[in-house]
Amino acid sequence: MADFEIKDLRVGVEGREILKGVSLQVNRGEVHAVMGPNGSGKSTLSNALMGHPSYQVLGGEVLLNGQSLLELQPDQRARLGLYLAFQYPIVVPGVTMANFLRTALNAQRGYDGKDKAKAIGPKEFRELLAEPMNTLRIDKSFLSRYVNEGFSGGEKKRAEILQMAVLRPTMALLDETDSGLDIDSIKYVSESINSMRGGELGILIITHYTRILKFIQPDYVHVLVNGQVVRSGGSEVADQLENTGYSEWVDEPAAAAAVAEEV
Amino acid sequence: MAVAPRINVGDDYKEKYGFFDPENYVFKAKRGLSPEIIQEISWMKQEPEWMAKLRLRALDIFRKKPMPTWGADLSKIDFENIFYYLKSSEKQSTSWEDVPDDIKRTFDRLGVPQAERKFLAGVAAQYESEVVYHSLHKDLEKKGVLFLDTDSGLRDHPELFQEYFGTVIPAADNKFAALNTAAWSGGSFIYVPKGVKVDIPLQAYFRINAENMGQFERTLIICDEDSFVHYIEGCTAPIYTTDSLHSAVVEIIVKKGARCRYTTIQNWSTNVYNLVTKRALAYEGATMEWVDGNLGSAVTMKYPSVYLMEPGAKGDVLSIAFAGKGQHQDAGAKMVHAAPNTTSTITSKSISKAGGRTSYRGLVKVQPGSSHVKSFVKCDALLLDDQSISDTYPYIECDESEVTIGHEATVSKVSDEQLFYLMSRGISQVEAETMIVNGFIEPFTKELPLEYAVELNRLIQLEMEGSVG
Repeated sequence: MADFEIKDLRVGVEGREILKGVSLQVNRGEVHAVMGPNGSGKSTLSNALMGHPSYQVLGGEVLLNGQSLLELQPDQRARLGLYLAFQYPIVVPGVTMANFLRTALNAQRGYDGKDKAKAIGPKEFRELLAEPMNTLRIDKSFLSRYVNEGFSGGEKKRAEILQMAVLRPTMALLDETDSGLDIDSIKYVSESINSMRGGELGILIITHYTRILKFIQPDYVHVLVNGQVVRSGGSEVADQLENTGYSEWVDEPAAAAAVAEEV
Repeated sequence: MAVAPRINVGDDYKEKYGFFDPENYVFKAKRGLSPEIIQEISWMKQEPEWMAKLRLRALDIFRKKPMPTWGADLSKIDFENIFYYLKSSEKQSTSWEDVPDDIKRTFDRLGVPQAERKFLAGVAAQYESEVVYHSLHKDLEKKGVLFLDTDSGLRDHPELFQEYFGTVIPAADNKFAALNTAAWSGGSFIYVPKGVKVDIPLQAYFRINAENMGQFERTLIICDEDSFVHYIEGCTAPIYTTDSLHSAVVEIIVKKGARCRYTTIQNWSTNVYNLVTKRALAYEGATMEWVDGNLGSAVTMKYPSVYLMEPGAKGDVLSIAFAGKGQHQDAGAKMVHAAPNTTSTITSKSISKAGGRTSYRGLVKVQPGSSHVKSFVKCDALLLDDQSISDTYPYIECDESEVTIGHEATVSKVSDEQLFYLMSRGISQVEAETMIVNGFIEPFTKELPLEYAVELNRLIQLEMEGSVG
């Protein structure tokens, strides 16, 4: 059995079935990419895996290290090692990044406000942040800003990867992480992700475009069309898509260009 | 879907805020209100004749004035079933060692001595109706700053007291101001001389600890020209089953060029009627700031106000209200522009949860001849569920054309997206909601001294956890 298994997952949104039986297997150390055109169900996949309440699971199973996830709340899934880097990170006014990161770390450590020994100390917290912040070129002042408030597109995505680096999940879902990124940011973000890849970490990159895959080479690529995986293979699948686009499955004019370049 | 682990804080809450000590009072007046009881209170306090007369006149006004018919529902208050005066120890203590043990236990749990050790200039802690513990930092005394309980203020500084008492809020102002004037006891009396800046906050803790006891503290603050003071009042009250009444009056005079900040964090138990009149007069170039946090109580009606009397005066009200199950926080602010070139801002943030109701009620009044007035009102309401209620009553009365008045109001709900985002990082639902609420009131919290900010965030956490499941 794989470390992360999606078995015949069917998900609906507002009564409409979007994912029509998706199966994937990701082992620790591997990087997988799920590629698909608009409306193929990519966002539904990432949201449903994390447990967004608006997405109804209609069938199937998701296992992380043998543990079934679909009955669990998002926070429980996270504490088991699942991570989602959001396509559109959410603004939380009045809550500083430092407070947010510390609270998340403490939650992961089982600190409930009582046993101080479980809480992360200030020194350890600083040390944990130092390296990823350096790699991601994130300034210290960033920690006193409110979560995603007034962040540029690049800052938001870098912040998502910083959280990932700090929380050290065993399975990370990266939802359109390269969208809205300038070329510098995509370099820093990829550098950070590449430094984490391998070892205990499984990665699932969810993307429309091939751009990010040039920076983070996937071991496996899956094509998602109309709620189903229509092709799986090695990184050569991405290369093919760059030439042909999704035209094989959907009627998309100039599809090849649309896959290679971000609009 | 699995349910987030339930955290039972009911017992803990009671332990932390709802404890009570056996009653041990030196003097306890009978229930109810009569000229005889008023005279007895005045006699017990050995007050001058003018005060006794003023109390009796105020009682008369109180009886004649009808109950307010606007605002919150006050019909359940039974004025005849309330103790109007208690004195819990005979003489005031000046050092911690002299404070009676049971009272000390209460303060220990509230952390008064710790607070003092840290950075307090003076602590005047009101236990029941009389200030029992009171200290003032020596160098403040040398500067001529007076920080006393109000009874001592009347006794030791009669001229100063009589010159200002009841001038900002006369007994006839409203029914509850009349009640307070008749039955007042305790509170703080502060005088800051010309040019003196008190750079550490003066603090007082208030508690109600007897069943059916009214607390009618009276605070009078006089900031002489170009002076500065920050006064902080925090309140927690034990949980009781029958209704309690808290009706305070706070009068502040801020003279030319002076600045006064008055910070309140109230956490009355949920059976208390909290009906408070707070008003300040700000003179030329003076600044008055009310920072007002309202948690707890069954009903709160409180509208801190600033009368901007002379050009250049500035008034600020920054308030938060949190209403849980069965609670109604009717709070707001009042700014009266009585002179040209005066400015005011009102920032109100309210949170309603589990069917609680918050109302913003505010008045900006510009009197004829007050040109070039600027005023800005911002009210934000956060609803935590579909049962909770928030309403807004912003009144503007303007008799002048050259004025700038802005008003902005928002009502929002804790969004699923925010919750999902925080929870996706491993943070439980309760903790995520608490973070969102604490973030919402952050503009308020950041104005508080650190230990109060920490305490407020913790109180919010207790309020939030109380309803899990």
